Amino acid sequence: MSSVVHPPQPAPVGLSERPEHSAESPLSIHAMTVAYHRKPVLWDVDYDAPANRLVAIVGPNGAGKSTLIKACMGLVPRASGQVEFWGESYRKARSRVGYVPQRESVDWDFPVSALDVVCMGRYRRIGWCRPVSRKHKDAALACMDRVGMAGYANRQISQLSGGQQQRVFLARALAQEADLYFMDEPFAGVDAATEHAIVEVLRALKNSGKTVIVVHHDLQTVPEYFDDVILLNMRVVASGSVREVFTKDNLHKTYGGRLTLLSEAAEAIARASAGEV
Amino acid sequence: MQRVGTQDAHSGGGQGGLGGASLADVTDDLPSIGQVVETMAFRAGFNTNMVIAGTTLLGLAAGVIGVFALLRKRSLMTDALSHATLPGIALAFLAAGWLGFEGRTLPVLLLGATVTGVIGVLCIQAILRFSRLHEDAAIGIVLSVFFGAGIVGLSYIQANAAAGSAGLNKFIYGQAATMQPPDVMLMGAIALAGIVATLLFLKEFALVCFNDAFAKVDGWPVGIIDLVMMGLVVIVTVAGLQAVGLILVVAMLIIPAVAARFWTERLWLLVVIAGVIGGSSGYLGSVVSALLPRKPAGAVIVLSSGAIFIISLVAAPARGVIASTVRRLRLRFRIAGDHLLERAHELASPALDRSEVDRLSDVRGWSRPFRSLLLASLRKRRLIERGVRGAVTVSQAGLDRGARVARNHALWEQYLVAYADIAPSHVDWSVDQVEHVLSDQLVRDLERQLAARGITIPGERPERQAAPA
Repeated sequence: MSSVVHPPQPAPVGLSERPEHSAESPLSIHAMTVAYHRKPVLWDVDYDAPANRLVAIVGPNGAGKSTLIKACMGLVPRASGQVEFWGESYRKARSRVGYVPQRESVDWDFPVSALDVVCMGRYRRIGWCRPVSRKHKDAALACMDRVGMAGYANRQISQLSGGQQQRVFLARALAQEADLYFMDEPFAGVDAATEHAIVEVLRALKNSGKTVIVVHHDLQTVPEYFDDVILLNMRVVASGSVREVFTKDNLHKTYGGRLTLLSEAAEAIARASAGEV
Repeated sequence: MQRVGTQDAHSGGGQGGLGGASLADVTDDLPSIGQVVETMAFRAGFNTNMVIAGTTLLGLAAGVIGVFALLRKRSLMTDALSHATLPGIALAFLAAGWLGFEGRTLPVLLLGATVTGVIGVLCIQAILRFSRLHEDAAIGIVLSVFFGAGIVGLSYIQANAAAGSAGLNKFIYGQAATMQPPDVMLMGAIALAGIVATLLFLKEFALVCFNDAFAKVDGWPVGIIDLVMMGLVVIVTVAGLQAVGLILVVAMLIIPAVAARFWTERLWLLVVIAGVIGGSSGYLGSVVSALLPRKPAGAVIVLSSGAIFIISLVAAPARGVIASTVRRLRLRFRIAGDHLLERAHELASPALDRSEVDRLSDVRGWSRPFRSLLLASLRKRRLIERGVRGAVTVSQAGLDRGARVARNHALWEQYLVAYADIAPSHVDWSVDQVEHVLSDQLVRDLERQLAARGITIPGERPERQAAPA
């Protein structure tokens, strides 16, 4: 799986029985199980994210892709298992984690401008009860610029297209200045310009040493956009670098007998191997 | 502190019926204009001034805090909360009596109200958590059961004719005019505290209301922020009980925010406008209540904010019914007009005779009145000239526009053919509708994209055409 070098210092207390977990891994999931209404959604997930990689989580509908990242961030309760960030608990590492929720998860008819939303990414730095200062507004504007939305700062958010809303969410995550990002279906239903902008941002994040974990639905673009992949269907079918893990065999295991998806996947693999040679 | 029971003088001895001020009681004398002006200008005596100032402040606080109840989608929960205060009032009254201390004062009763109000909200949360009922059902159950319990408690108290029991009725319908200065001061202080707290936590409240999951990941204690928001709703509700009554206090929270939402897209403006609407309806309500002491202030407050709501719904510039209807009609006329002009372009003739216009009306489903309005609007825009007996002559400007529409139509069709595979979300847009709303920028983009594929559409460049009407 991951080829992270183990640090010489001893593992934190309570981790001694799990030596495979590294303090350098931005995200370590160990034996995590999540259940809704007593029905398990994720079974015994083990995963170590390598640092400085773009990671896609793919799998069929209902595979628990969103649930996986939500459980990591404590948004849905875990039935069992541990999650660590750089060897620390989420509480301690929280300031280094950024999040792009699903676009549909909020009511876009909310009385704020695009810039107001991006400024929310600065709130952690601003702190309680203080207004957003000029300095933070400028930082938020710079983030909007990075996703090509600088011209829409004062637009009311309901007047933005779906793709523009997605880019606002992305800019807000950039404003968080995190080291590890979770993104929930950022490519879902966006236009070509937005898709391009998101890919550019992902690459820039990788170049500055960040790790990004993206719930992704489009098998075709996995080899093009991502370094690593987690194939998920209630459990981790396979994880690792796209080149090693994104195989027809593994996809078959993940998606079962769904023929249309399989042919799509086969095509994607063919394209990937052609591109990587 | 003033005992509740001693304020009965004004309440018309409301034993038996629920309302201290019976709704059938219409024997108030109408005040003179002089009295009205005096009351409105804060010159009607110390007590009345206090009541008016206090209720205005309460309305202001309720408007401001209500914005967040609305944005957090807790409007109905607020209603359940206010109804759940009634058993608390009855229990506090009884408990104070049993314990034998002189405790039948407003603070004690309001404390009881707060306790059962909060219990009511917690019951809703518990029902949601431990059953599969939806929120509306949970709220319906809690609201009615708690209110029923309160009514049982009140009738028990009244049946036993406990001293001062008649004063409890005012908590149901509210009676601002009979409030005493200490009560008003308590209400005003709570309202002021609520306003200050809301302004202080504006940013945090907005974050949690807009996107609580993000707030949680970002490290904010969403549960606590929610608790503070709900707590502010609770204290405003409880503070407003005596003035407005528990049935209508929810309206003070919700209506100003809903009405204000029609006028602005900015949160801080929303808060300000809701505060102004809430404050002015609180002012109006208490003035009327002071002039006609037997009329419940709560109803007047709700009616005045309700009137502001209706005006907002109808007349607000961007979100109001009139504005959106006008916009829709204008677009419809424009599209229908374009169809007519495009037809003239296709026929390569400025003259459309009557049968042609009839045929077009049939195909497009234009009713006769719509058609005459359409022709009138086209004439006004100088796109057609007056024709004889239903015939139409299209002007040069009209022909130009028709040509442009036809060209946009072709561009869009070509785009769909060439790019449908990468713009799947756009395929279901009817070509017929889209051609009318393409901006010049979009037309240029289309041309560029199609040119990149070696597709060109004959016709003039749009820049040289007249700007769209």
